[in-house]
Amino acid sequence: MTEPVKEHAPEPALERLLDAAPGTGAGEGADRGPLAKLRSDGKRAVLAAGLPTQKSEPWKYTSLNALRKIEWSGPTADGADFATVQAALPDLDAYTVVLLNGRFDPVLSDLAGLPKGVRVLPLPEAMSDTAVSDTLASLIPLGNAPMAALNTAHLDDGVLLRVDDGKALDKPLHVISVGYAPSSPTSFHPRILIQLGENAEAVVVESHIGLDGAPTFSNTVVEAVLAPSSRLGHYKLQDQPAESFDLSTTAIRCADKAVYDGFTLSLGRGTMRNDVRLTLDGERVEGRLNGAYLGHLSSHVDNTTFIDHAKPNSTSREVFKGVLADASRGVFQGKILVRPDAQNTDGHQLNKSLLLSDKAEADSKPELEIYADDVRCSHGATIGALDDDQLFYLRARGIDAATARAMLVQAFLMEALDEIRKVSVRDALHDHLAARLQPLFEGGLA
Amino acid sequence: MALLEIRDLHAEVDGKPILKGINLTVEAGEVHAIMGPNGSGKSTLSYVLAGRDGYEVTGGEVIYDGKNLLELAPEERACEGVFLAFQYPVEIPGVAGTTFLRHAVNAKRKYQGVPEYDAMEFVKFVRGKAKDLNMPDDMLKRAVNVGFSGGEKKRNETLQMAVLEPKLAILDETDSGLDIDALKVVADGVNALRGPERAMLVITHYQRLLDYVVPDKVHVLANGRIIKSGDKSLALELEERGYAHILEAAA
Repeated sequence: MTEPVKEHAPEPALERLLDAAPGTGAGEGADRGPLAKLRSDGKRAVLAAGLPTQKSEPWKYTSLNALRKIEWSGPTADGADFATVQAALPDLDAYTVVLLNGRFDPVLSDLAGLPKGVRVLPLPEAMSDTAVSDTLASLIPLGNAPMAALNTAHLDDGVLLRVDDGKALDKPLHVISVGYAPSSPTSFHPRILIQLGENAEAVVVESHIGLDGAPTFSNTVVEAVLAPSSRLGHYKLQDQPAESFDLSTTAIRCADKAVYDGFTLSLGRGTMRNDVRLTLDGERVEGRLNGAYLGHLSSHVDNTTFIDHAKPNSTSREVFKGVLADASRGVFQGKILVRPDAQNTDGHQLNKSLLLSDKAEADSKPELEIYADDVRCSHGATIGALDDDQLFYLRARGIDAATARAMLVQAFLMEALDEIRKVSVRDALHDHLAARLQPLFEGGLA
Repeated sequence: MALLEIRDLHAEVDGKPILKGINLTVEAGEVHAIMGPNGSGKSTLSYVLAGRDGYEVTGGEVIYDGKNLLELAPEERACEGVFLAFQYPVEIPGVAGTTFLRHAVNAKRKYQGVPEYDAMEFVKFVRGKAKDLNMPDDMLKRAVNVGFSGGEKKRNETLQMAVLEPKLAILDETDSGLDIDALKVVADGVNALRGPERAMLVITHYQRLLDYVVPDKVHVLANGRIIKSGDKSLALELEERGYAHILEAAA
């Protein structure tokens, strides 16, 4: 007979993950500093909720069992090789912040020439500003976001972008989150806060990359607050190695007439999960939440999104397109809530998956919850194979079958990228995707 | 030796016999029209020659340029110079016309063992071809056939044919869905591509296209067999008296 588990005793995996949190290590005194209160809230919330299991609806298709089995420790500086990190950074004409295992790295970052009215700071330095401290960790109710709670329990670094009323960031801000575990499995918790003032404008690109080595577990939280008439382009690239867990919780809140243009391109070889919560908390908001993913080898991509129409007269558009090869799995769960107040809502959602192998799997779960009576909402999901007519047309022009298939796969994903409104970012992601797909033309993805 | 020799060709689709013994010889430089009522096997013949899956050859043989055509994959047939202008050109979202054609041309060049074109060389080459046909090349910037009108689709097929320089062009109902102006543009393109090295098989239900693309020979296909062959006057006879008359005479 096994002994009954003590109530509230965390499972060992969670206990181990929390060991790396500031103020929780053995022998340390009471947790201090401006972020201590948030950390303790986060810790309490994640202890109450536990690590998610597949019994919880939002986690139905993504298991953390493999993650549980790894003995994680917090980041250390051991063996960090700056030249190697630097060489791995993707290139984009942008201001750059490098979060190395979640830590704002001042040497690798480049913020020279930021325009007036724009601040980019390590989060702890920004906490003296009450506009920042009041907003941080306010967008995500920790009670129903265990991974965000786990992140918050570790909150002692990260980056703030703040654009004042009427100001614009003249180039994208590129936040490169690098996972680097030269010796032992490393968990870390990157944190990003974006605040746009009235009529402010910015483009933020997140690149989540990793260097080969021991496994990494990256647990990111992004919060973005868009004041009236502000515009945020928010684009994300996931491209981590096979031994990685790249999880994130992103919450965006839009006030009247704000425009949010979001896109996630998932190309990693490991486990990826993006929990995105977009709240249209104003009238005439335009919310766009799009993405493309390429599953290959045994990678796993889960996009679980929640679009909350809280006020009348706003529009949302959501298109996720995925290609699933080998033994990969793609998950899309898209919920749209239209609250009683949100009359004249216009919301459209589409998920299209292309299965390239018998062992690949696609799961698509749309969910519309509508409480207003005057709305236009639609959703659609298709899962299919490559089109025989298209394949024959290409072959009848002399293109061999493997190249024809590669062309159609590339076209399917490239078309999704057209949703990205910022042209320079669209082009950069286009090139990145083309390079990643090149092996398809030469026999198979690697 | 003839460029194309079809001997007693039988084929079926989903177990149903469609072609029931076709015999046809086409010399280089000739234009042959194949006419016939709906369901006679015209499109099946074009797909069998192009190598489409699902069209099963159950008898006979096709010798093309000295080779057993039926043994080749569709892409090999294309690289050997067989071109099918589709009745319903397929839309391929996300693939630009230029990219598509460059892949096609380079596949053929690779097959022939000549250097592939780079992007710049290719654009120049295509512009030249479009100019020869008096056609704008702007549709190549768009995704292949996406949002094209019926006329644009057929014009695009003709431009592809010019670019790929086939030895044997099979035009499957190229006139279907075209108004008279679009038909003239396409016919002018096809005529510009006639030459002593190139044979054409023009498959059509109506005589109208043959006013513009005048054939050397006309064959009537009915119930999977060629029941009558003649010169261009046969097409006029069909136009005047209808298929029923010929079918009765052959019965």
